[in-house]
Amino acid sequence: MNEPLFSISKEDWSLHRKGYEDQMRHKQKVREAIKKNLPDLVSEESIILSNGKEIVKIPIRSLDEYRFRYNYNKQKLVGQGKGKVGDVLGRDDSGQPGPGKGDGAGDQPGVDIYEAEVTVEEIEQMLFADLELPNLKNKPNQKMIVEDIRFNDVRKKGLMGNIDKKRTILENLKRNSLNGKAMIKNISIDDLRFKTWEEIIKPHSQAVVIAMMDTSGSMGMFEKYVARTFFFWMVRFLRTKYEHVEIVFIAHHTEAKEVTEEEFFTRGESGGTICSSAYRKALEIIDSRYPPDRFNIYPVHFSDGDNLTSDNERSLNAVKELLKRSNMFGYGEINSYNRHSTLMSVFKNIKDEKFRSAVIREKSEVYQALRTFFSKNEANQD
Amino acid sequence: MDDLKELERAIAEINEIAQGFGLDPFPMRYEICPPDIIYTFGAYGMPTRFSHWSFGKAFHRMKLQYDLGLSKIYELVINSNPSYAFLLEGNSLIQNKLIVAHVLAHTDFFKNNAYFSKTNRDMVESMSATAERIHNYEIQYGKDVVENFLDAALSIQEHVDPSLVVPKLRYDLQEEEVEVAPKKPPTPYDDLWKLDRNEKEIKTPQKERKLPPRPEKDLLLFIQEYSPILEEWQRDILTMLREEMLYFWPQIETKIMNEGWASYWHTKILREMDLTEEETIEFAKLNAAVVQPSRTSINPYYLGIKLFEDIEKRWDNPTKEEQERFGRKPGQGRKKIFEVREVERDISFLQNYLTKENVKEMELYLYQKKGNEWVIVEKDWEKIRDQLVQAKVNGGFPYIVVENGDFLRNGELYLKHQYEGIELDIRYVEKTLPYVYQLWGKTVHLETKIEERSVLFSYDGKKVFRKFL
Repeated sequence: MNEPLFSISKEDWSLHRKGYEDQMRHKQKVREAIKKNLPDLVSEESIILSNGKEIVKIPIRSLDEYRFRYNYNKQKLVGQGKGKVGDVLGRDDSGQPGPGKGDGAGDQPGVDIYEAEVTVEEIEQMLFADLELPNLKNKPNQKMIVEDIRFNDVRKKGLMGNIDKKRTILENLKRNSLNGKAMIKNISIDDLRFKTWEEIIKPHSQAVVIAMMDTSGSMGMFEKYVARTFFFWMVRFLRTKYEHVEIVFIAHHTEAKEVTEEEFFTRGESGGTICSSAYRKALEIIDSRYPPDRFNIYPVHFSDGDNLTSDNERSLNAVKELLKRSNMFGYGEINSYNRHSTLMSVFKNIKDEKFRSAVIREKSEVYQALRTFFSKNEANQD
Repeated sequence: MDDLKELERAIAEINEIAQGFGLDPFPMRYEICPPDIIYTFGAYGMPTRFSHWSFGKAFHRMKLQYDLGLSKIYELVINSNPSYAFLLEGNSLIQNKLIVAHVLAHTDFFKNNAYFSKTNRDMVESMSATAERIHNYEIQYGKDVVENFLDAALSIQEHVDPSLVVPKLRYDLQEEEVEVAPKKPPTPYDDLWKLDRNEKEIKTPQKERKLPPRPEKDLLLFIQEYSPILEEWQRDILTMLREEMLYFWPQIETKIMNEGWASYWHTKILREMDLTEEETIEFAKLNAAVVQPSRTSINPYYLGIKLFEDIEKRWDNPTKEEQERFGRKPGQGRKKIFEVREVERDISFLQNYLTKENVKEMELYLYQKKGNEWVIVEKDWEKIRDQLVQAKVNGGFPYIVVENGDFLRNGELYLKHQYEGIELDIRYVEKTLPYVYQLWGKTVHLETKIEERSVLFSYDGKKVFRKFL
């Protein structure tokens, strides 16, 4: 009974790292879960729509601590404060039913639900770690660097020929108005402004990827979404991993057009389908701008396979031509109903290891298509 | 060092005041810790607990909230003898005074409330030994294997039987069989007779024999005893997890009372102390933050202190009727609340002492999800009280029992949810059953109700099936 009533101590806790160690393990498991969910994350709408700029909140399901618990959405809960029956305490806006939205996450009051926040960057890191341009070769004949000149600076000293008249007059006006009279007179040396240039060193790219997309009427919402999802990640992958890759965008239905990146991702079109038009456009662009001895060339085409039958032969020949010039040709077919596709049946006969194809039946297969096209050796793929 | 001296003086003073009030705490060990240590203990529930990623997840979230200034734990107190209290480094003296008074009342509660009477007061050491054992299993069988098993075990850890009277499985197959079999006179060779009898009985299947004979609440213990696939080390882990759950259980069941009791006394004790003006203001602020009500949940500190204060008031000044009907004498308030802290838990506390006036004064209400809005649906005091009680039944966890451990005579496990008006989260059911399967090794079933219809979920190792009964 001689135990003292109390004691106070202050120990050195610096070696007590358990919390951090288990936190690390948790983080590691989150990463594993992301990796496992990559096929789903890659086709996650919120990422594609946010243009990859934002952090996306994704419930990483496998990290929930599952147990038997009540359904909070069907339960009455107790709260306190002013209010009468019928008053609204809060709104669960994430709760609208839709694809991929179960009765899981939400910010319902009183309930603690864990959602892993995943940055697009994190997803990219893991996704792109597996991807690369296949058969990439050094192209010795290329001129690596082009110099360019751009007028993009204004200075007080310079050559008279480069004088910037507008800014000089503005300076003069400013000075005069400081002295009380806003007028143009007595231009002094101090007022003079000169344009000056900068030499830009622009390394020439070694590779070009030609993105071709079918925008014909038969491409429905789903098909367009899948094709754009694929190209979305492809573009990000190329820009993240390679400094000097050019990307050419071609949209086609019965005829093909080279379009800007924005048009490529946003434009809707309709009409029939003649795939050879896109391939011929690609050949034309290669032959005029990207000689194969200086460029690694990668044409990639996405379609629903619904080609005009009479065009199949021409398409086949065009693809063979493209294969001669390319390091890899990728054909992706979005075919959710497993229809017999005219184009694929023709392409089946191509016996060239540079030709790669992928059939996408559901969104999550975009991931596999990316891995099929952009890996060192297709045979290594599972 | 001066700070420590001052704190020491303050604690001595608080101890004296507390004793004067009749509080009866365990001896205290105060430890001053940096935030990450406090948050580690908070996440694990104990400084010496075993490692698991789920604790890391909790730690991360708590620590993040602290770093962002969103929440702060000032103290943690452990139910043990002596008790440990961990004070956050950097607390001001007045913060520490409040906390010391608060934790003293907590350990008084630990020591004197009936529901804590069976708790292991050496749990700090026990958990440390558990952590060590689990760590050794990791070395022996591999970290992933052990983690995998812990994931499954933790998914059913709440399903124990915490009743004070029967700590073990409530039946004994041997015993039940003995009753059926003719009794034999005790002889020195009894053991041999027994061997003989057992053998016979295995050969002749008995109609009434069912495992378990009555629905069994302690799922964890049942699996630990009867699962055909567990290895020794796995059973060992289940035993240890169950011990830890039983240790935490009274805290789950007395949250409102315990926090109310501690808040009641820190207020009383600090009023007895000689505080400077500055300290008085800071104390008022701190106290207000602690008992702040919430629109969407019940603050146990607030509800608890309100009830204790109300009980004291009512027993100090009983109405004429109460004096006549119950023979209540005035001035019994203090005595009454000490009695309440000894014999009640939250369920009975609310049932017996929450009044219409309390509900009105605290402005309690029930709310519910309608569409995607959370709407106030009820202000009737009895319904509110019943909901508060309901939420504490079985510690707030669904009540699930083992109906049959040999379902379809095939060794399958049949669980039943004792449905009392609140449905289970179906997605969670479907994700938890595979864990139970992992522990049982054969098909597992769970019967529950959806939309008032009985439904059976089954998992056979590959897929969850759902069937209306």
